[in-house]
Amino acid sequence: MSKITDMTATKNWSGQTLVTADHMLFEAPRTKHFMTGSEVLKEAVKRCTVDASVSYPITPQSEAAHLIGELWAEGYVGMYFRGENEFGVMAEVAGCAMAGSRTITTTSGPGTLRAMENFPQWSGTRIPCQLILMARGINSPLTIQPDNLEVTFMLETGCMIWYAENVQELFDMSIAAFIVAEKPDVHVPIVTVVDGFFVSHTRESVMLPEDDIALFPYEPYKSPLPPIDSETPPGRFLRDPFVMKSNYISYATHASWQWEVRSAVERSRPYAEHFLGGLLHETGDLDAEIAFITCGTASHQAKEGQRELAKLGIKSKVIKLRTIRPFPTKELVKSLEGIKHAWVPEFNVVGWLEKEVKTALYGKSDTNIIGGPRVAGGMSLPAEAIIQEVMEVLNPGKGA
Amino acid sequence: MAIDIYKINPEFRDIMPQEIIDLEENATWAQNQKKPRGIKELPDTKELLEEHSLCAGCPEAAALRYVLAALPKPEETIIVNSTGCTSLMFPHIALHTVHSLFGNQNAVASGIKRSLAWRFPDKVKDVVVLAGDGATVDIGLDYTLQSFFRQEKITTICFDNEVYANTGGQESGMTPKGQVFKMAPEGKKFEKVKMWELATTSGCHYSINMTASAPKAVAKAVREAILIARDIGPTYLNIYTPCILEIGLSANEGLGEMKDQDKDRFASYKYVSDEAAAHLIKCKEEGLL
Repeated sequence: MSKITDMTATKNWSGQTLVTADHMLFEAPRTKHFMTGSEVLKEAVKRCTVDASVSYPITPQSEAAHLIGELWAEGYVGMYFRGENEFGVMAEVAGCAMAGSRTITTTSGPGTLRAMENFPQWSGTRIPCQLILMARGINSPLTIQPDNLEVTFMLETGCMIWYAENVQELFDMSIAAFIVAEKPDVHVPIVTVVDGFFVSHTRESVMLPEDDIALFPYEPYKSPLPPIDSETPPGRFLRDPFVMKSNYISYATHASWQWEVRSAVERSRPYAEHFLGGLLHETGDLDAEIAFITCGTASHQAKEGQRELAKLGIKSKVIKLRTIRPFPTKELVKSLEGIKHAWVPEFNVVGWLEKEVKTALYGKSDTNIIGGPRVAGGMSLPAEAIIQEVMEVLNPGKGA
Repeated sequence: MAIDIYKINPEFRDIMPQEIIDLEENATWAQNQKKPRGIKELPDTKELLEEHSLCAGCPEAAALRYVLAALPKPEETIIVNSTGCTSLMFPHIALHTVHSLFGNQNAVASGIKRSLAWRFPDKVKDVVVLAGDGATVDIGLDYTLQSFFRQEKITTICFDNEVYANTGGQESGMTPKGQVFKMAPEGKKFEKVKMWELATTSGCHYSINMTASAPKAVAKAVREAILIARDIGPTYLNIYTPCILEIGLSANEGLGEMKDQDKDRFASYKYVSDEAAAHLIKCKEEGLL
């Protein structure tokens, strides 16, 4: 088993050479592999000098969680154990991160909801831990199928939320996520979302740097609150006016802290722009008058729809949102210039992304935003469904 | 660290109440490191601000002072607390404390302890959970017991006042059978949970049920529990700190109530595993007890 004391100025405890995130993500030579999302997450964690991971099984996340366990057994991750349930796991993650460890965990669907009370507590204590959310349906009735309804519950927790489309993005995002979350002027948790099964269990080509390099370790003393490790005087943010007194100071303190958490999320923008190459990404015909606003797997399906529409002589483009918190409002407004109609295809029944888009664009854009098509409960989102939605607007009454 | 664990910002010093200055100057954590600290020093040191948020005469305040005075290495001790009356006390002490959520205290403490063991393999850093009976035995029971099952090297102290006091006096799992409280208008229908026995069968190496009537006894139990947790495994202390408000006693009647219960619901229970007993002998030889 590795020891943290094995780390040197240039090597981490498992002997990997320490490199910057820029080197890891932009400069290091890469070779082609063929992997599932779960497998590629193991490869990302392997290269991140991760101190701690706590796990709990749930479909479809389990494989990712136990592959991180293998990394611990192989000496790449400092500590690892199985918690008692998701509420306990997220509390254990909080403890690990509060005490100064770079910490990651994973969950899905019902597990996310069981753990929910912890997420605003994570952001409120400004821990830069990472949750990999492999979205699946929420009961009832019982389902283990892909569906991203659970993301809507995460939107106002004060955590950053990034959304990866595919296996390659999951690898790159989950590495960058640690670095952005740990920036002293950000320092809030980050939730990296992928659509369960579609990404976690799908094998794709992916370009990876060699595994003999890893990120520099987390520096817990570069943070807005000192780590709970007895090495520095304690952060005394639990003062009595803050919690227990009914007076204006108490209200103002609590309110300003909540604003500050949200401001910290906003301050992540330049870092996310750098590491993700922009908070959103456009493909297709950039001079089109119709567009699809998407995230995750829906982006892939929308791109297929865009290609099929092009065969029919209809120009369109796909605007893929890489970050949901912070929400890329400014970028989206710009991207929609000249767009008459924009659809928001989603893998859930409530249309949370449509609501997010409409809220962000209200009074800022003349584009007609159309929710849908939506599928849920494990359904796929065929290009035909997207084309049909488009044709019903462009060719009313005639369909595709 | 960290003799200077609690420092007032110099810019604010002139507006600080005297008792906060006293807490900085007289919470003399490191002065007695060559010998065990103890309750004998309580008259000369300050562990807790007088203007804490507990009710006048609340036995929890006194019990907390006994606990703090007995910590083997206070400047290397993290206290994890929970929601409830106990959470009112912790903003008023000079140690690292964590309040996270209601009931998750043993899970948070597990993460902190493991993280500290990973980051500081050559240092002793104690993690102590201190929470009420609602947090420990009702809403947090799963996390309390699971930390025992996993053999987490933490000490769990339950300030058992047998009621949800901070929310206005509702029945808890630790309320004695028959007691009328809010949410138990006809009296509690089932027996008080014997948490100290659950702790023993769940893997604790040291489990005690007691009242806070005798400061020396509390201090001894705290010190032994922490030293065992440091090297052997989980330990549990169930300490009666009655809610005088909810059982209709005056501010000066808490001690009498605890003494009465020394012979009743809190008659002494003590379990020490063979491994822990051997460890205590070793600690005594090394002057830690």
